[in-house]
Amino acid sequence: MKKKLLLTTALLLGSTSMVAANDDLMAMMDDPNQWAIQTGDYANQRYSDLDMINKDNVGDMQVAWTFSTGVLRGHEGSPLVIGDIMYVHTPFPNIVYALDLANDGKIIWKYEPKQDPDVIPVMCCDTVNRGVAYADGKIFLHQADTTVVALNADTGAVEWSVVNGDPSIGETNTATVLPVGDKVIVGISGGEFGVRGHVTAYNIADGSQEWRAYSMGPDSDILVDPETTTHLGTPVGENSGTNTWEGDQWKIGGGTTWGWYSYDPDENLVYYGTGNPSTWNPAQRPGDNRWSMTIMARDADTGIAKWFYQMTPHDEWDYDGINEMILTDQEIDGVERKLLTHFDRNGLGYTLDRVSGELLVAEKFDPVVNWTTGVDMDPNSDTYGRPAVVAQYSTEQNGEDVNSTGICPAALGSKDQQPAAYSPKTELFYVPTNHVCMDYEPFRVSYTAGQPYVGATLAMYPAPDSHGGMGNFIAWDNIKGEIAWSVPEQFSVWSGALATAGDVVFYGTLEGYLKAVDAATGEELYSFKTPSGIIGNVMTYTQDGQQYVAVLSGIGGWAGIGLAAGLTNPNDGLGAVGGYAALSDYTALGGQLTVFTVPN
Amino acid sequence: MRNIAVMLATAGMMVMGQGAFAQDDPNITVAYEEDGRYFTDDGIPTYFVDEDGTVDWLTFSGFRRYHSECHVCHGPDGEGSTYAPALKNSAVDMTYDDFLYTVAAGRENGNSVMPQFGDNLNVTCYIDDIYVYLKARGTDAVARGRPAKKQAKSEAIAEDEDACMG
Repeated sequence: MKKKLLLTTALLLGSTSMVAANDDLMAMMDDPNQWAIQTGDYANQRYSDLDMINKDNVGDMQVAWTFSTGVLRGHEGSPLVIGDIMYVHTPFPNIVYALDLANDGKIIWKYEPKQDPDVIPVMCCDTVNRGVAYADGKIFLHQADTTVVALNADTGAVEWSVVNGDPSIGETNTATVLPVGDKVIVGISGGEFGVRGHVTAYNIADGSQEWRAYSMGPDSDILVDPETTTHLGTPVGENSGTNTWEGDQWKIGGGTTWGWYSYDPDENLVYYGTGNPSTWNPAQRPGDNRWSMTIMARDADTGIAKWFYQMTPHDEWDYDGINEMILTDQEIDGVERKLLTHFDRNGLGYTLDRVSGELLVAEKFDPVVNWTTGVDMDPNSDTYGRPAVVAQYSTEQNGEDVNSTGICPAALGSKDQQPAAYSPKTELFYVPTNHVCMDYEPFRVSYTAGQPYVGATLAMYPAPDSHGGMGNFIAWDNIKGEIAWSVPEQFSVWSGALATAGDVVFYGTLEGYLKAVDAATGEELYSFKTPSGIIGNVMTYTQDGQQYVAVLSGIGGWAGIGLAAGLTNPNDGLGAVGGYAALSDYTALGGQLTVFTVPN
Repeated sequence: MRNIAVMLATAGMMVMGQGAFAQDDPNITVAYEEDGRYFTDDGIPTYFVDEDGTVDWLTFSGFRRYHSECHVCHGPDGEGSTYAPALKNSAVDMTYDDFLYTVAAGRENGNSVMPQFGDNLNVTCYIDDIYVYLKARGTDAVARGRPAKKQAKSEAIAEDEDACMG
C-alpha cells in the first residue's frame, strides 16, 4: 500500500503528458469499438465485449472488404483500429498503411522504412513482424533492423526514431512494443545467433533510453535487487545472472525477448518471458543458465525485477519461454486472486499469483508432452518449481552426437508465440497449439558474431499415436489445470485467437481458414478459406454501428519453413515418408487483410 | 536427366544405392575414394550410398550440419520453404564452384537474401558435407529424414575437422 502511494506520488510529480498518454490508451482499450493494442488490452486477454456477431448468427458471416498488403511473406500480428483509422503493417520491409474506415479503406498515408536487406538473413525463421502499437497520438513501429520509429498517427510523419540493437551481431526484431505510461517497452530477437537478450524502455516523447534490463549478466545489467527480487518467494541473491553459467558463455547466452508483453497498472508491473539459452547444444553451457526461460515481472518505471520464475532450467530442447502472460482476476477456493496464466513452449500451462510470483498450477496442456513427468509443487522441496526431466528424452544426459528420439513437444513447442484468448464469461482460455514431436541431436558449434549459433539437428513430425494432425485448438481451465475441450487440426494452429461476448471464439488455420467456434463446446459454427495460410491474429471492431472481424493472411514464419514441404517421421521407416500433409498442397504465399461482418 | 532420377527413385532407388547413377552423370558418379571421402572423375566431392543404404560419413555429417545451419530458411531435408529455394535441387543444378561461392558470399534478389557464410566455421568446415548431402537428396539417393546407417568417420576427416574448427 505504501508502495502504491509512493508510486502515485511519483506519477503526479512526473510530466502531465505521461499520465494523459496512459489514460488515453487505457480508455481506448476499454472501448470495444476500437482495437487499440495488438494484445486486445494490457492483460493480453484478446477478449471483446462486442456481441453483434454471436454464436446464433456467426454462421451468416460474410466477407465485407479486403485489402492487399503488397508483401508476400509471413503476416503475423493484426491491424489496430483507432477511431476511424485502421493501421495495417506488413512483414519486411515493414510498411505501415493508415486506412480510412469512413471512406471504404482509402489509404490516408503509407510509411515504408528504408532498411538494409542484410537484416533479412539474420532473422531466424522468416521476416515476420507482429504489428504496430499506438499511444499519445503516435504509431510505434519496431522494424526488422531494430529501429523503433514513432509516427504521427494522423500523417505518418516520423516524430522520432531510435536504434535498439545491432543486426551485424544477429540482433533483429519481430515483436510489437508495449506503450506504458511515458515509456515504450521494447524487446529483441536473435537467440539463434548468440544474442544476449534485453528489454529496453524508451521515452514516449523523444525516444531517449530510460532503462535496459538484460536476461543474464551482472546484477547491474539484469536490474535486480539481490535482496528483494525473488524466485518462488526466495531472494535471488547476488550474481544470479552469472553464477549458473560457466565462464563467459552468458555473454552470448540468448534469453531473447521476442514475445508479447502484458502490464498490470495497479502493480505497475510489466510481464514477459525470456527465450532459449544459446546454443541449442546443452553440453556447451553447463548450469541452469539463469535467467533464460524465465517469466519476469519488472517495475515499469525502473525496470527493477520484482520476481522471476525460471520454467525450464538448463534448456535442452529450445523451449523458449516468450509466450504471452495473460492476466486475470479469478476466484480460487473462494479467494479472489490476481493471476497470470502462461502456455509455455515446453507444453506446461502455468498459473501464478502475478503479485508475488507464487506458482499455483503447472500442468500439461497437451497430453503427449513426455520430456517431463511434471513440476515439483512442494515449497519445502529442494527441487521446488523444477520440472522432473525424463532421462530418455534428455538431450543433455544422452549427450553430444547422440540422437534423442520421440521427444514431445518439438522445439516449436506445444504452443509458440501465437497468442491465446480468455473469456471472463466462461473463465476458459482458448489456446492455439502444436501437436508435433521431434528427434534432437546436439553437437559442438563455434560462435561467430552475426552467424547462426544453433548446434543441434532436429527432425519434427506429427505426434505419434494421436489423430495424425499437427495441431489442436483447445479450451483450458487455468485453475483446475485441465483441458475443457480440444478440436483436432490438420496443421499447427499458428493464429492468435479472439474471444467475444457473443460466446464465439475465432482463430485462423495454416490452410487459410478463418474459423468461428462455440466458446462453450468448440463446435465449429463458421469457416471461410482466405487466400493464404493464416499466422496472424484475429481482431474485432465496429464502424457505423456494425461489428467487423478481421485477420491477416500470408503463410510464412516458422510454420512456413517447417511445414511447407510436409513433415516425415524418420522413425516410421521408409514406407511412411511423404505420408503427412504438406502445407504447399493447400496454400501459397499471400498478403491480405480479410474483414468479415454479419450483414444487417 | 532429372526425370530419370525421379523415375529411378520411385522404382526403389533409395535401397539400390547410387549404382544406377554411375553410368549416367559425371557430376554424381564416384570415380575414386580417398580416406573416406568420395570424388567424381573431375575431383568434385560426391556422395556414396552402399547397397544396404549405408551412407558415407560426409553425407551423414551434411545431414546434421544442414539441419543446424540451413534449414531455418530452406526447410527440412533440403525441400525448400515458403520463401527459400529447395537446396536439394540447387546442389544438383549448380556447379560445385558456384555452390561454394554462393554459400561463402551470399546473394540478394530483392527481399530474398541469402547471407554470407564465409566466416562461419560451422558452415565452411562442413561445406563438402552439406554439398554431398544435398546432392544425395537432389538425386533421391538418400530419402528424407536421418540416414539410418553411416560409415565411420575416417581419421583423415576427423583431423581435417579439428584443424578447421580450431
